[in-house]
Amino acid sequence: MYAFDYLRPDRIEDASALLAEHPEASLLAGGQTMLPVLRARLAAPSHVISLGGIAALKGVTLADERLVIGAAQTHAQVASDPQVLALLPSVAALAGGIGDVQVRHRGTIGGSVANNDPAACYPAALLALGARIITTQRVIEADAFFTGMFATALKAGEIITAVSFPRCDRAHYEKFRNPASRFALVGVCVASLPEGSRIAVTGAGFGVFRWHAGEACLDAGGTGNDLADVPLDADCFTGDLHGSADYRMHMTRIIAARAFAALGR
Amino acid sequence: MTPEAPAIMAGTSFGRSVGRVEDARLVRGKGRYVDDIILPDQSYAAFVRSPYAHARLASIDTADALGRPGVIRIVTGADVAAAGLPPLPCGWMIHSTDGAPMKMGVRPMLAQDVVRYVGEPVAIVVADTRDLARDAAEAVLVDYEELDVTADCADALRDTTVQIHADIPGNRAFDWDIGNAAAVTDAFASAAHVVSLTLRNNRLIPNAIEPRAANAVWNAVDEQLTLYMAHQNPIGMRAFIAGYYGLAAEHKLRIVSPDVGGGFGSKAHNYPEELAIAFAAKLVDRPVKWTAERTESFLTDAHGRDHLTTAELALDSDGRFLALRVDTLANIGAYLSSSGALVPTYMYATMLSGQYVIPAIHCRVRAIYTNTCPVDAYRGAGRPEAAYVVERIVNVAAERIGLDQAEIRRRNFITDFPYQTPVVYEYDSGDYTRSLNEALALADYAGFPARQVEAAARGRLRGIGIAAYVEACGIGPSAKLAALGGGAGMWESAEVRVHPMGTVEVLTGAHSHGQGHQTTFAQVAADRFGVPIEKISVVQGDTDRIQAGTGTYGSRASVGMSATLRACDSIIAKGKAIVAHLIDVDLETVAFSDGIFSSSATNRTVAFAEMAYAAHTAAGFPTDQIEPGLVATSFFDPPNFTYPSGVYVCEVEIDPETGTTDVVAFSAADDFGTVANPMIVEGQVHGGVTQGIGQALWENARHDPDTAQLLTASFMDYGMPRAVSLPNYKLVFTPTPSPSNPLGMKGCGEAGAIGAPPAVINAICNALGVTHIDMPAAPETIWRLCQARMSS
Amino acid sequence: MVQVTLRVNGKEAELDLPGRALLIHALRDHLRLTGSHIGCDTSQCGACTVHVDGKAIKSCAMLAAEADGCEVTTIEGLGSDAALHPMQEAFRQHHGLQCGYCTPGMIMLALDMVARHGQLDEPTVREELDGNLCRCTGYQNIVSAILAGADAMAHV
Repeated sequence: MYAFDYLRPDRIEDASALLAEHPEASLLAGGQTMLPVLRARLAAPSHVISLGGIAALKGVTLADERLVIGAAQTHAQVASDPQVLALLPSVAALAGGIGDVQVRHRGTIGGSVANNDPAACYPAALLALGARIITTQRVIEADAFFTGMFATALKAGEIITAVSFPRCDRAHYEKFRNPASRFALVGVCVASLPEGSRIAVTGAGFGVFRWHAGEACLDAGGTGNDLADVPLDADCFTGDLHGSADYRMHMTRIIAARAFAALGR
Repeated sequence: MTPEAPAIMAGTSFGRSVGRVEDARLVRGKGRYVDDIILPDQSYAAFVRSPYAHARLASIDTADALGRPGVIRIVTGADVAAAGLPPLPCGWMIHSTDGAPMKMGVRPMLAQDVVRYVGEPVAIVVADTRDLARDAAEAVLVDYEELDVTADCADALRDTTVQIHADIPGNRAFDWDIGNAAAVTDAFASAAHVVSLTLRNNRLIPNAIEPRAANAVWNAVDEQLTLYMAHQNPIGMRAFIAGYYGLAAEHKLRIVSPDVGGGFGSKAHNYPEELAIAFAAKLVDRPVKWTAERTESFLTDAHGRDHLTTAELALDSDGRFLALRVDTLANIGAYLSSSGALVPTYMYATMLSGQYVIPAIHCRVRAIYTNTCPVDAYRGAGRPEAAYVVERIVNVAAERIGLDQAEIRRRNFITDFPYQTPVVYEYDSGDYTRSLNEALALADYAGFPARQVEAAARGRLRGIGIAAYVEACGIGPSAKLAALGGGAGMWESAEVRVHPMGTVEVLTGAHSHGQGHQTTFAQVAADRFGVPIEKISVVQGDTDRIQAGTGTYGSRASVGMSATLRACDSIIAKGKAIVAHLIDVDLETVAFSDGIFSSSATNRTVAFAEMAYAAHTAAGFPTDQIEPGLVATSFFDPPNFTYPSGVYVCEVEIDPETGTTDVVAFSAADDFGTVANPMIVEGQVHGGVTQGIGQALWENARHDPDTAQLLTASFMDYGMPRAVSLPNYKLVFTPTPSPSNPLGMKGCGEAGAIGAPPAVINAICNALGVTHIDMPAAPETIWRLCQARMSS
Repeated sequence: MVQVTLRVNGKEAELDLPGRALLIHALRDHLRLTGSHIGCDTSQCGACTVHVDGKAIKSCAMLAAEADGCEVTTIEGLGSDAALHPMQEAFRQHHGLQCGYCTPGMIMLALDMVARHGQLDEPTVREELDGNLCRCTGYQNIVSAILAGADAMAHV
């Protein structure tokens, strides 16, 4: 790690002010991606501003039929939260499968969403479920939030404070793990919402994306098997050591079908 | 030579699953590994490493880095050259078929003019803290002029223009062969069936969980150098570092290898880093410590395997093997590492007879330099590569001529021992048919067709694979190895000290890095002396305490245990002489068993501890005939290798939609000769099999063909075996004691890694109905095979 | 430098550390609790696993400063010189370790499993070992040890 100054505000306003004051600073949430990145000297922030001391970023509340999950809720907390288990079981299950036990105790939803790793799990759920990302400045629809590999709609100085989801008991996230990293080689979240089906794919390319043609297939009464013939946008897929773009496209159909099959009926 | 009968078969301690002595410490977190040691006035080193796989070093500018906070000294290749330190040697001399000695690329401790693999050390920065050393290492400005690269040994066949070492055209270190080419040609001419197969043995990265580490301190007044290092052969390293490098005189060089967190061969070699740390400590006059980060381990711990092989097997009309012809390209990396020349020759081609009568064998091996990390011994070291060739082509032959994979093996097994193969080795003992039968029973081989049908109903492809391996362990005798090109003795020593109160110390030159020597070596003494294991300490890993040693690798702890046995026997012999005086009887009448000396001439007895006390009080016997004290030393040079063998049966299920392979069952019948401690030996099999399954399914060191950058340089990209992906293994032992070892032991550490890869791949080929799939059998590769099968 | 106050294995510790100091370095280098180990740079091997406020975390992926005010338990905080913790004892009984390097992390993770699940079954244990690598044992005896340790803890 390069040297940096460590700051630990206890109010979100102070975090924003520090961020404004130190343009080369990085925010630190659970740090489960950030710390390995820092250790590899792939980032050299002047300051690290910890969000760990800010009580306002914690907790889960129900408001206007939406479940609002504080940005600092760890994956383990989300996975075992009674409200999330009751109203958003797919998100609880997803959170319970991120990384490993230790990562789930530290990693947070806000950190994961802000980082937008192309193989992260949470972005698929946010996109499929039509979540909203609540920041210090505004509310951003998931559809407008994830803009590319490690890229989001967040502006400089903007901090995620919470993520809100509509309650939904007909959604499922299925992950096919990269045998080395255990991240998603392909992860698919299928949600059946009142306004229609939504399918979000992670791990397969440069960032999470929706499979609109697949959604249309399901909305037309199709089943998982029918997804086998639905076109995918090849531009959304990329290959690496662990799987070619072709394989990931194939796997997207397979994993989507399995996710669909697992939906509560 | 006359084989010694197994001296101990099943005593009260030896042969039993005695709990490990070392565990009480290790489960409390009270182990002491090199990185745990912080010396007074400690400084820390960070290496400047080549980011290129092949480049000329135009210049190194250390001025900026030297000015950084906390920096003490920067050591470069120029310092190494100025000190006249020689390049790293290879411990084995191989002569090519034309008689020419192998061509050694010069490997300096720190790069001089050219870097030849990514991660090659260029300079060392010594600073007050680890972070400051790392910070300053980045400020060392090295001007590299990039050169073309080659990472794949197959490039050598395509006449690459890349030349890695100036004086070695074609990057060929040697072109060696073994066996009888003419006999093989004749046999092929008359064969009823000939099958051939080209396969890769994928490159592996050892990944002991403890990274390599060193901490060196120089006492300039006494000219005393102390080097703490995580090493499998610390005692043997002293002569090497003193004699070859002259970093300190042998009697003033102390090497300590405390607890070591796994080795698998990777900590048995000589590396530039540890030597460079010792050198740096002499320059800065402060203790210098270096612990590899995992990325450094990936880049610089000697890799394993990496063969490209074509094999042909000739059979008669009954499916009996007539001849085997093998042609192998061995990727040895950028330099010949310590055993880099041995592994693809005498550790590999000599095992190509497998468990079978094969009247004629010929193998050619071309060792090819590439711009990759040097390749050296990794768990199995040549023997897994051989077993993979033999056990794959046997299955291909079985499929071709319509024989069951068990039957073709049964039909060709060696049944009479000792057995002289056509490729040097004389197998000591074994009952291959029994191992096969036991493994098949354990695996319920007969029930497999029903399980396959049941799996098919679930949409799964189920397959079963058999692999029968044999290996050579317990290496020695030294004279034979020297005749084959070896550069060091392969004995092991033990010193047994019995203290006045009857407690015992066993000092051994072997080194446990997980094998449990503190327990198994103590078991030998416990049984021999009739002393409880609590009263025995096993001491290892410190040249200030151990007289001499050659370390633990190649499943050779049995050699050190035999030395221990012999030293114990010397103690007993002396004890008998003392007791004869104590109870006033003729020496010939004195017997010793279960800790008690007795005599047929009297009913008086003397307990072992009483004898020990008497030996030290030295009042009850004539000290002009028998010296006081009770210490004995043995240097045991094995009369022959030992030949562990076994049969493994692997069962897999494949999901044709995703290409994922699940190992659903794995059964192993192993003949390790006498088993010292079944619990520990089973653990060795578990670990070995897991590394073998890892090789077959996940592990693979891959390089970018254009840059020779290692693409799998972290656990993010290198697939390590994990608990969730493995079944519980079923094991049985089928021992035939080795006549070459006084304890009847053969060795067990590497077997799993040797036998498992072909068992897994045979199972996958069986499930898919294909002739071959290269390792690792990745999901996408299998999926594509499934697609091809469905469309055909 | 950052002032960090920790309670480690029941003892208060005040440290003055660079901001970039990891918790594992605070424990190993400054408090000389060397039972927790470093096996990788990418937070995957789990050898550094300790408990922070009762939960297993990877101390190589946490700044020491983040643990300010926290209760930290390391392998050295289990059992006593006289008696091993039941989970430590289970690892010994079941040969759940060879070189011992990954073992402290395995044991600390195992205790987290027990804390969350109580009784354990083999699939759960194997699944939850995903963040801990062992190169020696093939995991089989680690799984047996954790199951036995959980059982022993239930009967204490």
